[in-house]
Amino acid sequence: MAKFVLTRLIETIPVLLLASLLVFAILHLIPGDPIDAMLGAAAFGVGDPAEHQRLVVQIRAQLGLDDPLWQQYVRWLFGAMRLDLGESFIRHAAVTELIAARLPSTIELAFAALLISVVIGISSGIIAALRRNTPVDGAVMIVSLAGVSLPSFWSAMILILVFSVSLNFVPATGSGGFDRLILPAVVLGYEGAALIARLTRASLLEVMSREYIRTARAKGLPNRSVVLGHALRNAMIPVVTVVGLQLGRLLAGSVIVETVFARQGVGQLAVDAILSKDYPLVQGIILLTAITYVFANLLVDVSYGFLNPRIRTAS
Amino acid sequence: MASSTPGSVPPPDIARSPIVSAVIADQRRLPKLSTPAGPYRRAWWRLRRDRVAMAALFVLALLVVIAYLVPLAIAIDPYQQSLRDSLLPPGTAGHALGTDHFGRDVLLRLIDGGRVSLSVGILAVVISASIGGLIGLVAGYFGGWPDRILMRFIDVKLAFPGILLALVIVTVLGTGLEKVMIAVGIGGIPRFARVVRGSVLNTKNELYVEAARSIGAADLRIMFVHLVPQVLGPAITIATFGLATAILSIASLSFLGLGAQPPTAEWGLMLSEARKYLRVAWWLSVFPGLAIVTVVLSVNLLGDAVRDALDPRIPSVSD
Repeated sequence: MAKFVLTRLIETIPVLLLASLLVFAILHLIPGDPIDAMLGAAAFGVGDPAEHQRLVVQIRAQLGLDDPLWQQYVRWLFGAMRLDLGESFIRHAAVTELIAARLPSTIELAFAALLISVVIGISSGIIAALRRNTPVDGAVMIVSLAGVSLPSFWSAMILILVFSVSLNFVPATGSGGFDRLILPAVVLGYEGAALIARLTRASLLEVMSREYIRTARAKGLPNRSVVLGHALRNAMIPVVTVVGLQLGRLLAGSVIVETVFARQGVGQLAVDAILSKDYPLVQGIILLTAITYVFANLLVDVSYGFLNPRIRTAS
Repeated sequence: MASSTPGSVPPPDIARSPIVSAVIADQRRLPKLSTPAGPYRRAWWRLRRDRVAMAALFVLALLVVIAYLVPLAIAIDPYQQSLRDSLLPPGTAGHALGTDHFGRDVLLRLIDGGRVSLSVGILAVVISASIGGLIGLVAGYFGGWPDRILMRFIDVKLAFPGILLALVIVTVLGTGLEKVMIAVGIGGIPRFARVVRGSVLNTKNELYVEAARSIGAADLRIMFVHLVPQVLGPAITIATFGLATAILSIASLSFLGLGAQPPTAEWGLMLSEARKYLRVAWWLSVFPGLAIVTVVLSVNLLGDAVRDALDPRIPSVSD
């Protein structure tokens, strides 16, 4: 098992390196000089072109932008390893600190949403599979299909309309506190729950048609232990993948929901950074997200090994 | 007759035997019951019998007609402002779905936005299908280093959740509807490449490909004449689901202010503008969302059915 985990861990290194290269390339693919973007408003006040030029040269030297690209990349990469992602152009603070300030809100939301989607998704998936082709099954399938097709920003607006504007149950926007967490968590969790419910149902139905389930029934086990003891464990393997991907997606991509509910999270910071052309901040957030996502995938792979010993011996 | 004499039974005339002729007559009478030849005609035959799929297809066709033909038939102007008529509720004379904060008619803007969303969504899928398909075809057919490079890029793509990759590309390209379309199109490339590569790997060792090669067919001919038809099935399925994803992503990015810019009538942007009036004008938030859900749900249902029709052996994953 240790060897299996180690192999997977080593396999993530080239992926992380390529991802970091891509993230680094962003700043250098952007048309125009990053210094112009950086000076932006500041350069507006400098009337003398010679003075402006001197400023540009000074900043270029300061940031080491005249060095060969690979040197800049290596320097940036080693900085990133020490959690130094540079300074924000516009916010004049360390990128790492800006992100760290927003992380708690995003993590809180991600885990609340994950809890909702796993509990509701798996249980309704099991119920739908066991009551196949009944109205209960139909209802689960329709509600889950809607969940996959609903734009999250719209379901968020409708929930605000109903629960904040009409019923006045919870505050509409902002972060902090359970009452401000519940609506965004429901919106994000519903999306995931829909996906997990459909997958659990399909996977459980597939497993239930296997020979060993018939054997279990033939030896007279009660239905309960056939489903929970024999079928579910194998049916959970594809579900675990999706849960892992959801975790990565939630930590990274609650961009839209955070914007609708005006939550001070990482996703909203990313959008702000893009709109204000704050490139080092964009780089930092994207790098962090990619790393989170890769490790969520790694976690999935490792849990595979626990759930299905065949996978770990095959490698 | 001679049949009365044992030992001299004449060979039975098979075509005239009552059972066989009945079977033949039956086949002539009921040719439609037999499955048509060819995998794609068979798939279409199965799809036509799927009531949900046909309903979804009907809804989509209706929306296409409304979005593309109504503006041609009657002169509509979704940008016509009239501040005196701003924020009229639905049902007001002349404004079935009400008006927005500039007094623009919501229904007309929805129709115009439908044209925008469908066109841009389809173009994004065309971008991902053509580039991704080509990459997958080349990588799967030739193997070796082109294949290895492709797989590494797919690995990296796996390190980015969909919306984030789009954000990265928008950062580089800048904001705007076309930029977002390109971003979403690029985001879909790896999926096509992987699926096409997989089915090329499955078919390239078939006997008929071997036969084509042995009579001296060029690589290009084998790829486009013999492999492409095999690859088309899975690619169509991916394209259908891809359209739903593309429409949703483009609307999301426009909602965030990175895509369509005012005053364009785009569903995501309309919803973004509606947020400010959530407390006073619910209709501005409800109708564009319903429009998105209708389109995306229909496309998803159609995608489910297309996948089942193209490959009935594989139980659908999301089902």
